[in-house]
Amino acid sequence: MSLNGAAYIAGAYEHPTRKATDKSVALLHAECAIGALADAGLSKSDVDGYFCAGDAPGMGPISMVDYLNLKVRHMDATDIGGSSYLLHVAHAAEAIAAGRCNVALITLAGRPRSEGMATGTTPRAGNVAQPDVQFEYPYGPTVVNVYAMVAQRHMHEYGTTSEQLAWIKVAASHHAQHNPHAMLRDVVTVEDVVKSPIVASPLHRLDCCVISDGGGALVVVRPEIAASLKRPKVKIIGMGEAPKGQLGGAVDLTYSGARFSGAAAFEMAKVKPGDIKYASIYDSFTITVLVQIEDLGFCEKGKGGAFVADGNLISGVGKLPFNTDGGGLCNNHPANRGGITKVIEAVRQLRGEAHPKVQVANCDLAVAHGTGGLLGTRHGSATLIMERE
Amino acid sequence: MAYQQRKIPFAGAIDSNPETKPFFEGCAAGVLKLPHCNTCGKAHWYPRGVCPHCMSQDLAWKDASGKGTVYSFSVMKRAEVPYCIAYVALAEGTTMLTNIVDCDLDTVRIGQSVALRFVPTEGGPPMPMFTQA
Repeated sequence: MSLNGAAYIAGAYEHPTRKATDKSVALLHAECAIGALADAGLSKSDVDGYFCAGDAPGMGPISMVDYLNLKVRHMDATDIGGSSYLLHVAHAAEAIAAGRCNVALITLAGRPRSEGMATGTTPRAGNVAQPDVQFEYPYGPTVVNVYAMVAQRHMHEYGTTSEQLAWIKVAASHHAQHNPHAMLRDVVTVEDVVKSPIVASPLHRLDCCVISDGGGALVVVRPEIAASLKRPKVKIIGMGEAPKGQLGGAVDLTYSGARFSGAAAFEMAKVKPGDIKYASIYDSFTITVLVQIEDLGFCEKGKGGAFVADGNLISGVGKLPFNTDGGGLCNNHPANRGGITKVIEAVRQLRGEAHPKVQVANCDLAVAHGTGGLLGTRHGSATLIMERE
Repeated sequence: MAYQQRKIPFAGAIDSNPETKPFFEGCAAGVLKLPHCNTCGKAHWYPRGVCPHCMSQDLAWKDASGKGTVYSFSVMKRAEVPYCIAYVALAEGTTMLTNIVDCDLDTVRIGQSVALRFVPTEGGPPMPMFTQA
């Protein structure tokens, strides 16, 4: 049974805060839930499925379901890092198709900025029962240097340059200037990026995403309910998920799980990368975008550098408008998890509700893709393809 | 850039995961022991109690040659003491996460030959790292 068309995204909400010193993480989750349900035109009593991931405080979904006092008959707390929420949309569609729920609520929230978290630059030991920890923690893996090794290998293998990577940040900044909520609204140049300090070679400070508080929520519903609501209809037509790790020591940093999650999503959707009008691509770092664009099939492997250069990702200028909200690089990376904002901006584009300066004309087909965890050690990829009906 | 050695932390104890204790005992004796599978013949990394290639539990520890080449690396500049994280492709056919030490980190390149060097840790045995050969 194909899940193409099994469910629709009826509600999407991005919390406007980027620094929430005055609110708890649980309350941020609740405010996102309120926003997404209002956007859909649904209420608390309509929700019968709930999804969250590791950012939700407490034990899986149980604490948040209790906090919100929801009455649900389906719940899922699959955590694959920042891409969890793309996977949750797919799992919600599966649950809806199986008759397990009608209205699924997905929430994300966090406040690493208020809490002063050195997100990308501090090695964390974690639990020594996690089988890789004792063999990796002594070597100082941080978020940024593990992604940086992917960039270094890509440069070595394919001749990719820092200037080409910089174009990804430049494009994001062109979009962020129009987003009043974006953390970084100044347009930057390739020179600005490559002259910013190196954090972990070859990645510069401006190759890295922002650290922000906030969150988002999505409401996924069965087709009959979508038809009864007043909002433009966003149909989920393709989905895929794939983990990728070190392959028992056969390490290959040249590709990501997007190679598999993307292929599955495009096959289900029966469309090709060339048909896509808008792409939300996880942008924890510039290199993240480059590798995923190749693996999703927007260009040949190794040609990503040339593909992203010269404004090709800028809405109204290039062939593949991406992250028109400014993305994680400039707008928002709530709870250090950017997956939900990827879906939210894709929904805005498909509804024709993106900022007029970045709205893609006749945007009827969009992809949202995420990488959770660490691209250079082990990560989870999730791809969604959505269609305006 | 003159090399400066940062303090290396150790996580847990050598027997936190009992089946990998021999690896850390090897480290304490200055030997890099690699897990090899007696069923499929392949080495693997990181060490574990089951072969990730074929799921056999018939494994043996073999002393590694200590030779390898840099597969990829990154110099962490934003740190109290800058350091170089790297993947080193070992001569035995498996690739491990490690550090490149005892050299000008700005001269590290992919493909360089490297040689094993044990570096002391805080709270654990010395850990295997590599320097330019």
